[in-house]
Amino acid sequence: MAGPMGRMMAGTGPDHRSLDFKVSGRRLVAQFKPERLTIYALLFCVVVSVGLSVAGPKILGEATDLVFAGIVGRQFESGMTKEQVLAAMRERGDSEIADMLRSTDFTPGQGIDFGAVGNVLLFALVVFVVAGLLMAVATRLVNRAVNRTMYRMREDVQVKLSRLPLSYFDRSRRGEVLSRATNDIDNIGQTLQQSMGQLINSVLTIIGVLAMMFWVSWLLALVALVTVPLSFFVATRVGKRSQPHFVQQWRSTGKLNAHVEEMYTGHTLVKVFGRQEESAKQFAEQNDALYEAGFKAQFNSGVMQPLMLFVSNINYVLVAVVGGLRVASGSLSIGDVQAFIQYSRQFSMPLTQVASMANLVQSGVASAERIFELLDAEEQDADPVPGVRPEELRGRVALEQVSFRYDPEKPLIEDLSLTVEPGHTVAIVGPTGAGKTTLVNLLMRFYDVSSGRITLDGVDISRMSRDELRAGIGMVLQDTWLFGGTIAENIAYGAAREVTRGEIEEAARAAHADRFIRTLPEGYDTVIDDEGSGVSAGEKQLITIARAFLSDPVILVLDEATSSVDTRTEVLIQKAMAKLAHGRTSFVIAHRLSTIRDADTILVMENGSIVEQGAHGELLAADGAYARLYKAQFAQAVAEVD
Amino acid sequence: MLIRLLRTYLRPYRKPIAWLVLLQFLQTCATLYLPTLNADIIDTGVVNGDTGYILTYGALMIGISLVQVVCNIGAVYYGARTAAALGRDVRAAVFDRVQSFSAREVGHFGAPSLITRTTNDVQQVQMLALMTFTLMVSAPIMCVGGIVLALGLDVPLSAVLVAVVPVLGISVTLIVRRLRPLFRTMQERLDTVNRVLREQITGNRVIRAFVRDEYEQQRFRKANVELTDMAMGTGNLLALMFPIVMTVVNLSSIAVVWFGAHRIDSGGMQIGDLTAFLAYLMQIVMSVMMATFMFMMVPRAEVCAERIQEVLDTSSSVVPPTAPVRELRRHGHLEIRGAGFRYPGAEEPVLKAIDLVARPGEVTAVIGSTGSGKSTLLGLVPRLFDATDGQVLVDGEDVAAIDPQLLARTVGLVPQKPYLFAGTVATNLRYGNPDATDEELWHALEVAQAKEFVERLEGGIDAPIAQGGTNVSGGQRQRLAIARTLVQRPEIYLFDDSFSALDYATDAALRAALGRETAEATVVIVAQRVATIRDADRIVVLDEGRVVGAGRHHELMADNETYREIVLSQLTEAEAA
Repeated sequence: MAGPMGRMMAGTGPDHRSLDFKVSGRRLVAQFKPERLTIYALLFCVVVSVGLSVAGPKILGEATDLVFAGIVGRQFESGMTKEQVLAAMRERGDSEIADMLRSTDFTPGQGIDFGAVGNVLLFALVVFVVAGLLMAVATRLVNRAVNRTMYRMREDVQVKLSRLPLSYFDRSRRGEVLSRATNDIDNIGQTLQQSMGQLINSVLTIIGVLAMMFWVSWLLALVALVTVPLSFFVATRVGKRSQPHFVQQWRSTGKLNAHVEEMYTGHTLVKVFGRQEESAKQFAEQNDALYEAGFKAQFNSGVMQPLMLFVSNINYVLVAVVGGLRVASGSLSIGDVQAFIQYSRQFSMPLTQVASMANLVQSGVASAERIFELLDAEEQDADPVPGVRPEELRGRVALEQVSFRYDPEKPLIEDLSLTVEPGHTVAIVGPTGAGKTTLVNLLMRFYDVSSGRITLDGVDISRMSRDELRAGIGMVLQDTWLFGGTIAENIAYGAAREVTRGEIEEAARAAHADRFIRTLPEGYDTVIDDEGSGVSAGEKQLITIARAFLSDPVILVLDEATSSVDTRTEVLIQKAMAKLAHGRTSFVIAHRLSTIRDADTILVMENGSIVEQGAHGELLAADGAYARLYKAQFAQAVAEVD
Repeated sequence: MLIRLLRTYLRPYRKPIAWLVLLQFLQTCATLYLPTLNADIIDTGVVNGDTGYILTYGALMIGISLVQVVCNIGAVYYGARTAAALGRDVRAAVFDRVQSFSAREVGHFGAPSLITRTTNDVQQVQMLALMTFTLMVSAPIMCVGGIVLALGLDVPLSAVLVAVVPVLGISVTLIVRRLRPLFRTMQERLDTVNRVLREQITGNRVIRAFVRDEYEQQRFRKANVELTDMAMGTGNLLALMFPIVMTVVNLSSIAVVWFGAHRIDSGGMQIGDLTAFLAYLMQIVMSVMMATFMFMMVPRAEVCAERIQEVLDTSSSVVPPTAPVRELRRHGHLEIRGAGFRYPGAEEPVLKAIDLVARPGEVTAVIGSTGSGKSTLLGLVPRLFDATDGQVLVDGEDVAAIDPQLLARTVGLVPQKPYLFAGTVATNLRYGNPDATDEELWHALEVAQAKEFVERLEGGIDAPIAQGGTNVSGGQRQRLAIARTLVQRPEIYLFDDSFSALDYATDAALRAALGRETAEATVVIVAQRVATIRDADRIVVLDEGRVVGAGRHHELMADNETYREIVLSQLTEAEAA
């Protein structure tokens, strides 16, 4: 219930439109295919149930007619026929009453036939109970079909996410994928849950009620329908009038939220510069503006409900008056008017429901379309079956004339060859955009080479299964990723097995994370969220390094792994790493040259190719690109200071 | 929580609420009066075939409808106004409270969470208030009014209503009461599913690198199954609601007709009353239904209210002084005396027993590892945190006793994360000193080595800056942040690792210019780069929250192991000498 109401009150949501409503709508319906039987059963239940409940008022009307016939009949003496009574009345000049009674099926001298009334009511009772039961069953079936379908769709999305190539995530904005996987799925769920049952029900009710109305009295039915365009007029007018106010409300909300966001994120600055008063003043202004805009939007749209009710009341009055006149003229029975009043009430409710649902369905289909787009995205190439694996994993990595480009137009890595012996440490340096991280992406098979090949212990990695390959490589990235959970759980993530608290703490100590973890309110059990609030960037890196310590790889890849950590800690970590790296092949990408001086080989990359290669001393002596980089970082600083 | 929040913040609006209730009352009465008039039409007009009567009463019904719609719109007016005012007031209260928070409380909640609480959560509560005012207030009136009118028509027959309303009320309440916790759990499980997905998307590289796909799939499936089970159970319960209500209504209609027939037979009431009775029944039931649907909105708003109240119930750990010192004698003398800082519940303190003196005209440097407490130490001076032990003194006065505005003017801190506000370069630079002239701004930019790039920006100092300063590079952001503090002209400068994003040449040039600019002032620099601090007048070495050494570069190189380690991690032996 909160859904459509909230939506209505909030005005227009983010993106309601779908590109191709028909196609996407049909495909969304197709998602229900596995629930076919449920759907058939539910349709049957709904049709019967709606049919029965629509028949209800008419049956009750018959009972009322019987009652009326009774009270009329008992005013006359028995023995006469109805015609004789009416004729007598006309003679007396009461022709108006006679006209009215013409349509009443009374027997003079006979009071209310409670037996007949009882029978009719008993019939009504059965009809209503069966209708109610069937409706309950139908709603449960809807529930079942929707939830099972949503389960499958969520599962599909999740599985799809794990099959998409990384280029998909790199290309499209993360936020967008995220919003599809969460918001859009939620939206579909809500839409289906709310609309499916109600929509079928409402539409059928409208049809049924309309049919009954025409059956009872086509004249009254037309009178009732007169108000339909009136309600449409009211709805569109109110909608149009409130639209600009909603826009204003959105603007004010946006402004206020932006201010709040700034003041909270820049909280330190507000304090440091003593600007609380100005900030509060600005907030008050925007808050007042929002109050004004919000009030106007809510009032202007809130008028809709009373006006619709007014239209419905007019409808009621019309039916009552016209119906009354018709009864008075004898062309309609009193029970029919009663039934009709109930019908006209029943008619306007589903009508508003369907109208309000149109928006909901539209946004649901738009969401579905975005989900389908995601599900249709191209997947990464399947792993070779069976995957080849090196006889013994020793960590010899060779790149043979590797070329790679993200964008076919722009070569990124060209014809790169390199051999790394087991146990060696290779450092890769170079300016931003030189292709350092790309090299790691290729090694991990996050991306596949455009030409050439990479081998691990003699086996082409594209012939290995990705999991097999990656299981042998431990990686620490610059962008640290922690999941919502305790620090201990985050560290343990690195190991593919159960680990003890002791092992976790040991890994944390090796990564020099132990001390700061102990200053946190709950120590190792401190829960961090995925934004990692309360933990600094450097500290996050320490946690991810501890994680890598726990995994036990043959090859270690450190991509700017310690960029946010201070140099002394970095050196200490590296000492620990050196122990860990002993007998493992390591790739180290670093911005700070101080940390890679001890590497066996330093590769200097520029524009996708290796321009220099050698040990620290050799490269300095060569006085080339590396020497220039090194000087830029150190020599100058030293000269400056001395 | 929700009730408490509403009670507190609706108190000033008793008058409009009274109007609102009155209008809703009139509106409801009018709505209920219509079936009564309809009954008259049938009983007097129709039964006697009196067309004139029918038309007159028809006109009267239209009139009543008009009264109803006017009252209803009036009620919507007051409802919308009061709800908007409630939102405004609660928002202001939350914002005020957060402004008073110290960095510690902000860190505890997290800025994103505080933002949500101030904006979205308040919005939810406001929405609930609006719904209540416009739809829910009339429900009990409708219910009671319907019963009263029914009693007016025929007392014995009203027994049906009196029986139906509790049955309906109880059955719906039973369902809703069971539903509410279910809804809450369902929301939690939905959040879990979304959280897992979010983590899988943001962490996809790590997951693939560690080959944890299988594990993640399991994790997701578990969350998905739990959510689906919950949704199924909740949905099945909810599925009962509407059919139960409808069946109760329909059965009572039957009862009304049956018992009504007997009443008519015995002359207790007229035939038209039957129609009116059925109409009342419908209205009463509708109001009960509406109220229950509203109740379903409550759990969500309740969670929001709790989150809001949590903020309002948290008081700042930094309390402004009651009798503040409004004037400082000396100029920029900073002393930290045995200061310590510990988060409540933490095993180890962040800082312990720190002693430090910084005088005007001196440069004091603080160096130490990640997590050694350097930033926390600087934060103690402008009272981003209050020391949990010891004292921080500015010009001999405890910072806790100094007027906050005066303290802000005296102490200028350039934070580690250089945050810029949306606006222009100039509005950002004037943040600490709104009266600064353009010349002063350009001078500060020159000192901060930012003049060149600002000149290149389109519009110069009037060039737009995006929220957070995301449209300039990290290094540029840092330089603008430094310039901003220079424009402020405080007596104590605190630089929290403010040169880290600069290349070495810019760093050196900036420090040289800064040295001239701040020659008279007290300067404290926190840094990781040795080159940045090595000619400071005094270097304080921090390790694991304690001072492990202090002195000049050469002294420390000679006798401080930690300092040597730091230096040698960046420079070679020869370079360090």
